[in-house]
Amino acid sequence: MTENADNIRADVIAALTKLLPRPVALHGDTHIVQDLGLDSLAIMNFMLEIEDRFDISIPLDRAADIATIDDLVQAVASLVKQEKA
Amino acid sequence: MSILAKFSQLQHTYDALSAVKPNPFAVTFDEIISSTEGVIDGRQTILLGTNNYLGLTMDPECIEQSVQALRQQGTGTTGSRVANGSYASHRALEQDLANFFGREHCMVFSTGYQANLGMLSTLVGRGDHLILDADSHASIYDGARLGHAEVIRFRHSDPEDLYKRLRRLKDVPGSKMIVVEGIYSMLGDLAPLREIAAVKREMGAYLMVDEAHSMGVLGERGRGLAEAAGVEADVDFIVGTFSKSLGSVGGFCVADIEGFDILRVACRPYMFTASLPPSIIASTRQALRRLESDKPLRQRLSSNAERLYQGLRQLGLNVGPHASPIVSVALEDQELAVRFWNALLQSGLYLNLALPPATPSNRPLLRASVSAAHSRRQIDRAVELFGEVAVALGVLPATTGSPVAMVA
Repeated sequence: MTENADNIRADVIAALTKLLPRPVALHGDTHIVQDLGLDSLAIMNFMLEIEDRFDISIPLDRAADIATIDDLVQAVASLVKQEKA
Repeated sequence: MSILAKFSQLQHTYDALSAVKPNPFAVTFDEIISSTEGVIDGRQTILLGTNNYLGLTMDPECIEQSVQALRQQGTGTTGSRVANGSYASHRALEQDLANFFGREHCMVFSTGYQANLGMLSTLVGRGDHLILDADSHASIYDGARLGHAEVIRFRHSDPEDLYKRLRRLKDVPGSKMIVVEGIYSMLGDLAPLREIAAVKREMGAYLMVDEAHSMGVLGERGRGLAEAAGVEADVDFIVGTFSKSLGSVGGFCVADIEGFDILRVACRPYMFTASLPPSIIASTRQALRRLESDKPLRQRLSSNAERLYQGLRQLGLNVGPHASPIVSVALEDQELAVRFWNALLQSGLYLNLALPPATPSNRPLLRASVSAAHSRRQIDRAVELFGEVAVALGVLPATTGSPVAMVA
């Protein structure tokens, strides 16, 4: 399984889309918390799902730095790389 | 812009609740009549939300011991144990707790919150990993934040998810510590500790159990879930509090690990705070003796808990997965929950209103905590009031709310 930023982003967007009550155009610079009106529990479940999808654990201090979809994509990419190293 | 501007959203939520009289987060008891009754706004009220599991806050012998210590040793220690010295009774309480749990070592903290803050921030450090249940209490999350370990979460009470996370860390150096709670404080559900201990054994990690709500409640000797589940040997650290079943204030950690005492000069929330006053230590020691010697107290607690849980369940209310001294009813939305809570209070029943994000599954909860000191009448009255209010607010259809159904 090769994970480049583009297909990580596609997976992240697909997972977020499922959570939203109505379709919203999602981009790399969309703010996950601010722009989408999701509550903290929904965000936590979303993160757990992403962790499962990529078989990683995102430490809480890293999660705190994630604001946009691209922040998350980057965090996932670096953790996936670490996992394989 | 004010320094408080960042709280505008929170202020908005709080203001909405303040419009309700009384404000659910500013309840004042004008008088405490007994460990299960008080006066609020001039009204005699059943207290069903105090975590006073064994009802020992009013135990005459605990009070007597406390008064004696107060007269003999004064109102406070005015300092920390490390800088200003321990009283003999601090040491004696630590020995009592170590004996009670059958462990080598014990450290006493000034609150339960500080016990978690201290142990979690100190036991693991840079390069180590903390693996927390996602529904952990705020004190566990805050302890994790205060330290320098990497913190990851596993799905609530899900041993398989825990296993996966430990597997991912298999070749990563550093210590790993799993943290779970005996009874979770919002829904009263129990951790699947036997399975979690098995994962711990297989993957190699330390295991800490917070028995704040389960000490004096679960287990043959009242040691908590680790005892009840028969896995005490797998639990490396037990933390707990004096402010629930022991009826005072303070926290502790017990363990068998060699070298434990070094923590006394490494653990900042232990070192840089005033130690517990002697009157508190004295009542806590007496309460622990009572807990150890009075098994029927625990049986009364569990029979009261079962009675409330089954009563509410039979009404058709949405209670948690296990009957435990914490019985919570989940409601659909905040507005309804606040009205429900308020109607119960007006009828003379006090319990806790818990709102998201403090609740799991994002639903508001009416959270009751049962005491061994509640009479069956008080429990039945509580169920009856729940039924009446539920029908009045349309949560239950009119037919199921009758007290007759409850007695059957």
